[in-house]
Amino acid sequence: MDATVAFFYDLIPALSNLPDWLSYTIIGAVLTVGAFLFIAVFALIGIWLERKISGHMQDRLGPMEVGGWHGWAQTIADTVKLLVKEDIIPEKADKFLFKFAPFIMFTASMAAFAALPWSARFIPANLNVGLLYILSVSSLVVIGILMGGWASNNKWSLYGAMRSAAQMISYEIPVALSLIVALLLTGSMDMQEIVRGQAGGIFNWNIFGYFPLLFIAFIIYFIASLAEVNRTPFDLPEAESELVAGFMTEYSGMRWAFFMLAEYANMFVVSAISTTVFLGGWQPIAPFLDFIPGPFWFLGKALFLVLIQMWLRWTLPRLRVDQLMYTTWKVLTPFSFALILLVSFIKVL
Amino acid sequence: MKEYFRNIYQAIATILIGMGVTLRHLFTRAVTIQYPHVKRELPSRSRQKLFVNMDDCIGCLQCARACPVDCITIENIKAGKDEDLGVTSNGQKKRMHVIKFDIDMAKCCYCADCVFPCPTECITMTPDYEFATYDRGDLLVHFSQYSAEEAEALRERDRKEKAALAAAKEAKLKAAAQAAEKKDKKDN
Repeated sequence: MDATVAFFYDLIPALSNLPDWLSYTIIGAVLTVGAFLFIAVFALIGIWLERKISGHMQDRLGPMEVGGWHGWAQTIADTVKLLVKEDIIPEKADKFLFKFAPFIMFTASMAAFAALPWSARFIPANLNVGLLYILSVSSLVVIGILMGGWASNNKWSLYGAMRSAAQMISYEIPVALSLIVALLLTGSMDMQEIVRGQAGGIFNWNIFGYFPLLFIAFIIYFIASLAEVNRTPFDLPEAESELVAGFMTEYSGMRWAFFMLAEYANMFVVSAISTTVFLGGWQPIAPFLDFIPGPFWFLGKALFLVLIQMWLRWTLPRLRVDQLMYTTWKVLTPFSFALILLVSFIKVL
Repeated sequence: MKEYFRNIYQAIATILIGMGVTLRHLFTRAVTIQYPHVKRELPSRSRQKLFVNMDDCIGCLQCARACPVDCITIENIKAGKDEDLGVTSNGQKKRMHVIKFDIDMAKCCYCADCVFPCPTECITMTPDYEFATYDRGDLLVHFSQYSAEEAEALRERDRKEKAALAAAKEAKLKAAAQAAEKKDKKDN
């Protein structure tokens, strides 16, 4: 927190005259609101982009009417619709858990934003175990999903939630293992330290370390993170065509919107993690491009990965449950173990 | 073991091929059109909304008889002896006041069976397909050029004429009957 507080004191000197507890609270509140606004705007743009991309990949145009230019206001209109929609809670549902599940899921995905390094100076919370914090916080998402599925009192929702739990628990292992491969290289869990270790152009990024070993680790992380955020081809928990949106079936209006927000926030978080760990975070592609500020590079790389996620979604069909388990336990996990062994062996040599 | 690695290789290769396909389609032109703004021209013989050119209609009822779903209702009043209603574009004399020519497009099955028997080719299918309404009753299209008052006046005239005819006929019958009675009496 100290670096952030110093950053804000630099920005607004008047803050340093206030008592510590007040200035800390103000900074925290501003950061929280900022993160929420970022997620909301990102989800608005992301959903619109996803619909446009899916449309064009199927030789359609996607939304074209609302707002004039290529339907840019479509998601805004949808949000207004969701805000005024009736909030339906099934009679036999567990009311407390039902109401609470979307917020737990959203909180878990938003908490991860606390440790994302946006530029050399700006990181909301500079933890020395930042990566570990993000990994542990983002696994809370599964609790929200399980709560929603269980409280809905609907067998299909419960199916979706159980699938999601099984999937997330299995895929967290390759996620963590492939990140360990990169950590062997940087030797730190501090997000800023990881990024700083990749200075000096594209070929110093971790993705090209011990080529192609770290590249394979990056691919493993990318695949596993897709499963972590329930994106196609790993969208079995939602499975519109068989489970009718799984754990979200009984939700409507703003509660449903919060699930959607959390999904898009998660998409960004996993992309931001791979950006930080493998693609050099806020480091520019080449050292002479230093004058472009860090957030541009960070956002650009993360959005590029989000685009690839969308591209994959409209390319691949959904996996079967047994294929899902095969992929993680028999392919991704052994490969990442082999990578850890190889990289540590090379490092010792 | 070989099988295992071949599986992985094939998975990666096919995913890349699939991504190539979707990337290519991302940049191809959309095949859909923006319907209300852009419309596809329909062929002139396409069978959509019915249209009747009342200037040519002679009220022969052939279309109404041909209709399999009875969606055409026609009411005619004979023209008077001294009335001239003009001729149709193909030279037929018009002998009827067509005071009612209603087509219920809600019932129409677009078979075009009414189009072929028409002797003056005045009933046709048009390519106009945008006639959705908020009320089913609004799909009842009135083609007759006679206003309600004119139609009612013509009906009244017809009723009077018919009544006069009937009265004349009755009077004639009565006269005949009386004549026959007289004859009978005479004979007896």
